Amino acid sequence: MLEVFSFGEAGWGDQLLQGLLVTIQLALTALPVGLVLGFAAAGASLSPYRWLRAIGTGYTTIMRGLPELLTLFVVYNGLGLLLNSIVSSWNPDARVELSSFVAGVIALGLVFGAFAGEVLRGAFQSLNKGQMEAGKAVGMRPTQVFFRIMLPQVWRFALPGLGNLWINLLKDTALVSVIALDDLMRMTQVAVRSTKQPFTFFLAACLIYWALCVISEIVLARLEKRANRGVRRA
Amino acid sequence: MDVFGVLAQFWPDLLSGVGITIKLAGLGAIIAGVLAPLLALVRVNGGPAAQVPLRFYISFMRGTPLLAQMFLIYYGSGQFRPFLQDIGLWNFFREPFNCALLAFVMNSTAYQTEILRGGIMGVPHGEIEAGKAVGMSYIMSLRRIVFPHAYRIAWPALGNEIILLVKASALASVVTVFDLMGQTRAIFQKTFDFSVYIWAAVLYLCLTAAFVWIWRRLEHRLSPHIHGKRPSLLGAMTKRETA
Repeated sequence: MLEVFSFGEAGWGDQLLQGLLVTIQLALTALPVGLVLGFAAAGASLSPYRWLRAIGTGYTTIMRGLPELLTLFVVYNGLGLLLNSIVSSWNPDARVELSSFVAGVIALGLVFGAFAGEVLRGAFQSLNKGQMEAGKAVGMRPTQVFFRIMLPQVWRFALPGLGNLWINLLKDTALVSVIALDDLMRMTQVAVRSTKQPFTFFLAACLIYWALCVISEIVLARLEKRANRGVRRA
Repeated sequence: MDVFGVLAQFWPDLLSGVGITIKLAGLGAIIAGVLAPLLALVRVNGGPAAQVPLRFYISFMRGTPLLAQMFLIYYGSGQFRPFLQDIGLWNFFREPFNCALLAFVMNSTAYQTEILRGGIMGVPHGEIEAGKAVGMSYIMSLRRIVFPHAYRIAWPALGNEIILLVKASALASVVTVFDLMGQTRAIFQKTFDFSVYIWAAVLYLCLTAAFVWIWRRLEHRLSPHIHGKRPSLLGAMTKRETA
């Protein structure tokens, strides 16, 4: 029964591995996009300007309330239409195609950013103000205060929340198979179509995703331990 | 883009989609809500023979994409078709709605079990001892002490889980269920009018906002000693400060 997973001509092992690589690539590309958006959203919702706060909270509230699949279709179809209308106003004959990888990165990044914005906002709010003042008092520049005092502690406070979001991101990559990106999920579907063994292959895909999540949890636990080194436990 | 033209032409389709979405997420949440407290009790009090498989189940459900779980049930059942036909369950698995619902129930049960476990473990031990001291049986102390308090603790997290379920129900459109997402995709494929996505977004936001409102009302009903007697003016003021 396991020969269907062998590598080479006979089995589907190499195709699944290719799909897995695309899944990991997608998640690792969407992560920095989402983190940047998350920091921007947290900064905006903590800003002294009312209009900037409105943008920040508006983005996180709306994006967190929409199904990820809807966001994906909005980005894939909407951005595609928008790009085409911009391009055709310059050159009526030109057509552009938004690749499903790019659409996936943008959509997953937007979703991650909205949730990360809330996690990071909470982390920034739990910083001890006196420490920032102390930094200023010893003559640190604002960037030094940010990188030496704020960021290490924000990282510590936000890590559990961001870890959960990373695992959600990893699982949400499966959605991108719906817009025909050859990720693990879609390669599994291709294999199912030719082998007629849907249960075997979807179970295998589930086990691979499960392994990714368990590995992520182990790495995250290590990171948390490291981030909390030197912190006295109550 | 014809924002209102789309709504004027297709509102019956969108409305029936909303109905299916509510049915999917509502049934899923309720069935999982019946199973979860029983499993949560096993997680808190059960022996290792019951704990180990349950922990594997929960870890699997939380560590794999819901889409993959749904495919495993909907397409995967085809591999056992002769067997399922023999025991008369094939008619159930042939319907995409049933398969999506089964996937949502199994997934949400895992999440709700963990949430309720946290709630049950948060009940102060003295309360349970007090129940024993006045001669309550196990069942009665569950009914009168453990679960009322556990649900009060777990209520906000349970609400979040149900909102996630409403959002996740959009996945059913991938196995050809015509929920709100499915209707939206069908309308877009007919018209190529982007505004249908805007209407879908508005409808999903309305659904979750309505749910949040109902859930908060129920929370007040559940903990009248915390929410009930506070003067409404003060309540409004504290809300504004935290927002």
